[in-house]
Amino acid sequence: MRRLNPSLVVGGVIVGLIVLMALVSFVWTPYDATLVTPASRLLRPSWSHWFGTDKFGRDVLSQIMVGSRTTLFVGVVAVGVAAVIGVPLGILSAMVRRWPSEFIMRANDLLLAFPALLLAIMFGAVFGASTLTAMIAIGIASVPSFARVIRSGALQVMRTEYVLAARAAGRQPWPIAVRHVLPNVTSLITVQASVSFAIAVLAEAALSFLGYGTPPPTPSWGRMLQESQEFLFSAPRLAIFPGVAIAIAVLGFNLLGDGLRDRFDPKLEDRR
Amino acid sequence: MSDVLTVRGLSVAVRDKALVSDVDLTVGAGERVGLIGESGSGKSLTALSIIGLLPEDVRADGSVRVDGVGHELVGADERRMSRVRGRDIAMVFQEPMTALNPTMRIGDQLAEAMLIHSTKSKRSALAGAVELLELVQLPAETIRAYPHQLSGGQRQRVVLALALANDPSLLICDEPTTALDVTVQALVLDLIVRGVLERASALLFITHDLAVVATVCERVLVMYGGRVVESGPVGEIFTRPRHRYTEGLLAASDLETADRRLTTIPGTVPPAGQFPSGCVFRNRCRHATDICAQTPEWTGSETRGFACHHPAGVADV
Amino acid sequence: MSETPTAIQVVDLVRDYPRPRTSLLRPAPVVHALRGVSLEVKQGERFGIVGESGCGKSTLLRIIAALDRATSGQVIVEGTDITRLPERRLRFLRENLQLVFQDPMSSLDPRMRVRDIIAEPLVVQGHPASGQRVRELLEEVGLSADAGDRYPHQFSGGQRQRISIARALAPRPRILIADEPVSALDVSVRAQVLNLISDLVDELDLTLVFVSHDLSVVKHVCDRVAVMNAGQIVETGYTADVYAAPQHPYTQRLVSAIPTLHRALAGATTSDLLAKGEPA
Repeated sequence: MRRLNPSLVVGGVIVGLIVLMALVSFVWTPYDATLVTPASRLLRPSWSHWFGTDKFGRDVLSQIMVGSRTTLFVGVVAVGVAAVIGVPLGILSAMVRRWPSEFIMRANDLLLAFPALLLAIMFGAVFGASTLTAMIAIGIASVPSFARVIRSGALQVMRTEYVLAARAAGRQPWPIAVRHVLPNVTSLITVQASVSFAIAVLAEAALSFLGYGTPPPTPSWGRMLQESQEFLFSAPRLAIFPGVAIAIAVLGFNLLGDGLRDRFDPKLEDRR
Repeated sequence: MSDVLTVRGLSVAVRDKALVSDVDLTVGAGERVGLIGESGSGKSLTALSIIGLLPEDVRADGSVRVDGVGHELVGADERRMSRVRGRDIAMVFQEPMTALNPTMRIGDQLAEAMLIHSTKSKRSALAGAVELLELVQLPAETIRAYPHQLSGGQRQRVVLALALANDPSLLICDEPTTALDVTVQALVLDLIVRGVLERASALLFITHDLAVVATVCERVLVMYGGRVVESGPVGEIFTRPRHRYTEGLLAASDLETADRRLTTIPGTVPPAGQFPSGCVFRNRCRHATDICAQTPEWTGSETRGFACHHPAGVADV
Repeated sequence: MSETPTAIQVVDLVRDYPRPRTSLLRPAPVVHALRGVSLEVKQGERFGIVGESGCGKSTLLRIIAALDRATSGQVIVEGTDITRLPERRLRFLRENLQLVFQDPMSSLDPRMRVRDIIAEPLVVQGHPASGQRVRELLEEVGLSADAGDRYPHQFSGGQRQRISIARALAPRPRILIADEPVSALDVSVRAQVLNLISDLVDELDLTLVFVSHDLSVVKHVCDRVAVMNAGQIVETGYTADVYAAPQHPYTQRLVSAIPTLHRALAGATTSDLLAKGEPA
């Protein structure tokens, strides 16, 4: 009987709830999240508004619910872009000869050195600020960490005897990459993905805070934080709700990543 | 002459799985005793229990006493055990590559071993380090070297020097030469034997290699399935084994046989915790009968005996 | 009267590895893994290669199996010079020469099921992955048919070596190269795996090249042996002869350093292991 993996369970529940919230928000929210009702500005949490309202009279709970869509979208796109580019790059650099490999890694380092937020801002300026451009920018900025981690994992796999056996069986390099290297670096990918997801969510929040992320009126947890700035002392709840939401989302994805990595490692299945 | 090491009824278990059951053994001063067994026999766990280095959720029961140490070793807290380790009891492990601190010079590590237990002052510790290196036939310049600059055999010699630094009354070696080349192994084994002879230390030598144990030790205990199944002088055990497992092991390791095929023990070693009740060997023994479902009693004395219902050497019906 | 054909012939093989530069002024140091190795293995023979770590035996094997390129020299397998052949011309080699590796832990892909591991050589060489063939192979190595559904970590070291052997036999090779196949195994398991290899080599009429650091194991399995030290072959001959009367000083040291039950019971001590005496 496999022991229950707490990270997987807790992480899975958290992420599940966020996804559920996002899905539900498509069909129902307590109020229209974008509806401005000046009459109901800055209301405290009550039975009619569970989280209260913001400076435009918009219901905070509804904003949190709709904002979760942005958060998930952000995470998936950014990590997707980073993985789709970074993983092949890492494996490629582990398998080619010395000079091409060095070239790839130095180009990687260049990208790593470039501040991610600055990149996102530049993208925003050129292509117009929107969630999508911000996400692609963050994704690209996350490529170097994927590439490095995957490269070192791939190098280790290449040195094993089972890869030698595959070559002795006649396998060509690229089938080896797909059939042997990739499955054996998936645990690294999962962990890196959850870390990058967390970074992406925070980056979106920061960008929205700066005004370069999700443009109004689409709700975004990051922008909610930005808008709550002026009320930090009078109505701190306006910062706390989105802030805690971000923290819980990041935690959930990290735990999920750890749990998935352990769950799918065939060797950890029946330890003493 | 009292025994240096006395182990009585040692049992080791993890959660509800018994890994070692009811082990008794003694080693006298200057005596060299071997503990033979294959993977899963519990020999390494027995050694770790003696020195108190069992992993997190593994528990030991029973009694382990060492001459010169006033308290019971089983269950002793870490603070007490740390005073015993490196001084009264020293251990040499299998893997030389990870046994030394890669960021410290050899001389400093040797000196540290002596300074921890205050057997030498700071000044004489470094001189002591050179002496120890001489003991294991390494040149004095090795003091300044870092572990990565040494080969596996050289590192294992340093580890041996560390172990002998404070003249321990008991030296435990757990497969110390398994990872080494044959010619290097010969040197290290010789150094171990000379080291314990010079100090009249007791030696507990753990290995799966019958030839090594026969060359190094005077007495040997055979372990299988977490139990001691036979014990006795090397000359006797390896020529007139009584327990069927010892018999099978000897036959399987006999590579000098003229037959194309080697004799094997049928079946494979069960995983930990899945050994049969009663006699641990009965599911692989050609001579097993119903009575073997009861744990066999120990026949013979502490220093020469076995636990088998149908031992070899009796007229086989 | 007819001469047995040669399965493997190695002529003056040299393999150098450049190491990274340690100084700007002096040239990069070179590791001479093989310094001119020559040997000949006849078809159907059981040939042993004995040496300690760093002697170059693993490098030699890899070059023979075309998993590494020689710096100079020749390797001729079944009459074909494979030394400089590109990968696409090596198909016949991949079908006829297979390896069994030392480490049962890392020689099987932990993420693949056993049946896929065993079938891999077949799949790669374009034969349909036959469940039938996999079951046949599992039976030949003494494993149950349902072993195919499981993962390597669910098996013991000895069983993993059997899986390795099954994989090596899948493409029906004529030459089997075993690189320390039993070094990591317990005594009783070692006996079982050695018997298995011996039986299969006899049954399938294979040429066997058996590499080990353990001369006693090689003595039991092989007819002839080559002793390697520091990238060179120092002695070759019939195993019984080399063991009983070693000619080269290194071989003498090697033979006397091996502890044997026989000698120990006759009173040999650890200092006798260091003497360059005659083995009992």
